[in-house]
Amino acid sequence: MSAKTMKRVIIEPVTRVEGHGKVSLLLDEKNHVKQARLHIVEFRGFERFIQGRPYWEIPVLVQRLCGICPVSHHLAAAKAMDVIVGADKLSPTAEKMRRLMHYGQMFQSHALHFFHLCSPDLLFGFDADVAIRNVIGVARKYPDLAVQGVMMRKYGQEIIKATAGKKIHGTGAIPGGVNKNLSIAERDLFLKDLEQMLAWGRSAVKLAKDYTVEHLEKLAPFGSFDSNHLSLIRTDGALDLYHGNLRAINAGGEKIFDQVDYQKYYDYIVEEVRDWSYMKFPFIKSLGPEKGWYRVGPLARLNTADFIDTPEAEKERQEFMGVTKGKPNNITMAYHWARMIETLHSIEKIRDLLHDKDLQGKDLVVKGQRRSEGVGLIEAPRGTLFHHYKINDQDQVVMANLIVSTTNNNTPMNLAVQRVAEDHISGQPKITEGLLNHIEVAIRAYDPCLSCATHALGRMPLVVEIFDHEGQLVERRER
Amino acid sequence: MRRLLIGFGNPGRKDDGLGPMLARILERDGIAGLDVDSDYQLTVEDAEAVARYDEVVFADASVNGHEPFEFKPIVAGGSPGFSSHSVEPEAVLMLAKTLFGREPKAYVLGIRGYEFNEFGEGLSAGAEANLSEAVAFVRKWAGEWGR
Repeated sequence: MSAKTMKRVIIEPVTRVEGHGKVSLLLDEKNHVKQARLHIVEFRGFERFIQGRPYWEIPVLVQRLCGICPVSHHLAAAKAMDVIVGADKLSPTAEKMRRLMHYGQMFQSHALHFFHLCSPDLLFGFDADVAIRNVIGVARKYPDLAVQGVMMRKYGQEIIKATAGKKIHGTGAIPGGVNKNLSIAERDLFLKDLEQMLAWGRSAVKLAKDYTVEHLEKLAPFGSFDSNHLSLIRTDGALDLYHGNLRAINAGGEKIFDQVDYQKYYDYIVEEVRDWSYMKFPFIKSLGPEKGWYRVGPLARLNTADFIDTPEAEKERQEFMGVTKGKPNNITMAYHWARMIETLHSIEKIRDLLHDKDLQGKDLVVKGQRRSEGVGLIEAPRGTLFHHYKINDQDQVVMANLIVSTTNNNTPMNLAVQRVAEDHISGQPKITEGLLNHIEVAIRAYDPCLSCATHALGRMPLVVEIFDHEGQLVERRER
Repeated sequence: MRRLLIGFGNPGRKDDGLGPMLARILERDGIAGLDVDSDYQLTVEDAEAVARYDEVVFADASVNGHEPFEFKPIVAGGSPGFSSHSVEPEAVLMLAKTLFGREPKAYVLGIRGYEFNEFGEGLSAGAEANLSEAVAFVRKWAGEWGR
């Protein structure tokens, strides 16, 4: 095959500087895929931006990284700063307020993703007309589902507002604790709608489960592959989205490491740079870059957990694991089902917390022996989020290292793109929008944060460009 | 009559923070009859809020619009893009209309910015000047609304 007869297809959202994503496909003259890659630009200059800032500002500053999950960065940074101020055990009120904030975020983020980002693909089909395959199409044909998604999102957002203080630049979590508790009036407001949210949490799981089981034959191979899985885990092996130790398992369920204190994560996780992507490729040190990459997020968390400590979500987890006979589930499209099980778990946790009087406690902050280095990890909606800081004697940040969820899923998302490109695009006489959407469907399963920081009028949301091998533009599509 | 202004953008991305900055100033002013909200970006739940108002202004930074700002009416339409967790103002209106049965009269206020591609707080000098003119414009508008 001559280089001149190959062409390159690029799917490039050009809207944002951070989280700017691009898919490139290199095809030969018969449209066979020769190379498929996902490139994501991330975090240019952020570590530099926060260097020199006092450590107590960091939990607020880091929220500017991302408009989608500022709470995750807020809490991960606060946990790192807990270590800095020597707060080895928070007061019950502080930990439960943070957990409420986090479960509120998980609930709204997962609902938004399922009902408004992925449901168009599931309800209308991967290659349905793009004019209806969107949230407006869902609103018109399935208004009850669309309203459900909006109201679940709103409920979670209101919890964030009540616990973090405000929607932008929340200040609720501070080094060593929190700066407010939950008033009785705030609690009662959330209790009023709780039963409806629980009902919607259950119906969301059923929707995702029924869809996955009904279409299992088609979904099982779609962008799928065996992988390692990594997440935080509670000391008794329970799923814990807020805190725990690190556990990694292989595709067969054998433990690679377990109950690792994340303050030493760098002894177990290494990041590799590749020349074609701004985003790093993390891997498990003991396995090396070829075999050590792993998945994070809802699918990984359900695979690593021994059980879930809320009854309804645990029942759903058992059914989920039954599909793969108790072994890790490596089906990429099962992310959606796993995500909805976590949604149900989150609202069960919110219910339990709202009935806990510790949320009205007055003991908000603890402190201990000052340290110069701290690591904070949290299970963000998209997966494990690492924040690592070093502080000098003047209380200024001198080093920051962040590994975000989407970075952890970098290799898996690339493999998913390759798999779908090979299975659904390779050899097709004409590459339609519907075919290209198959790739987006596989990426969306991971719920990556591709659209984070800037959002301004006048930038196109998606550009598809087709080049020949010499770089000549053959075709350009915008939508 | 109930009116709402939503200023959106990321204040940690230089001029992308024009929308929230405008919202902060107007909120501080406490203009009668005008509710003010701000967020990093518009999302689907804004449809529920928007449907409760009679007039809505969506204030955002503009990458390549007219200086110092553009103010134009919009109607329900549009759709969200690839994997985006945010929605455009027209799509918020469409969701308000489709899901909650109300489409308020709506405008986009696009304030021209110049520096977006790096982390940093504060606006560029040009954006500051454009913001001042946008604030004066909205105050005048709000005054007219109040009559």
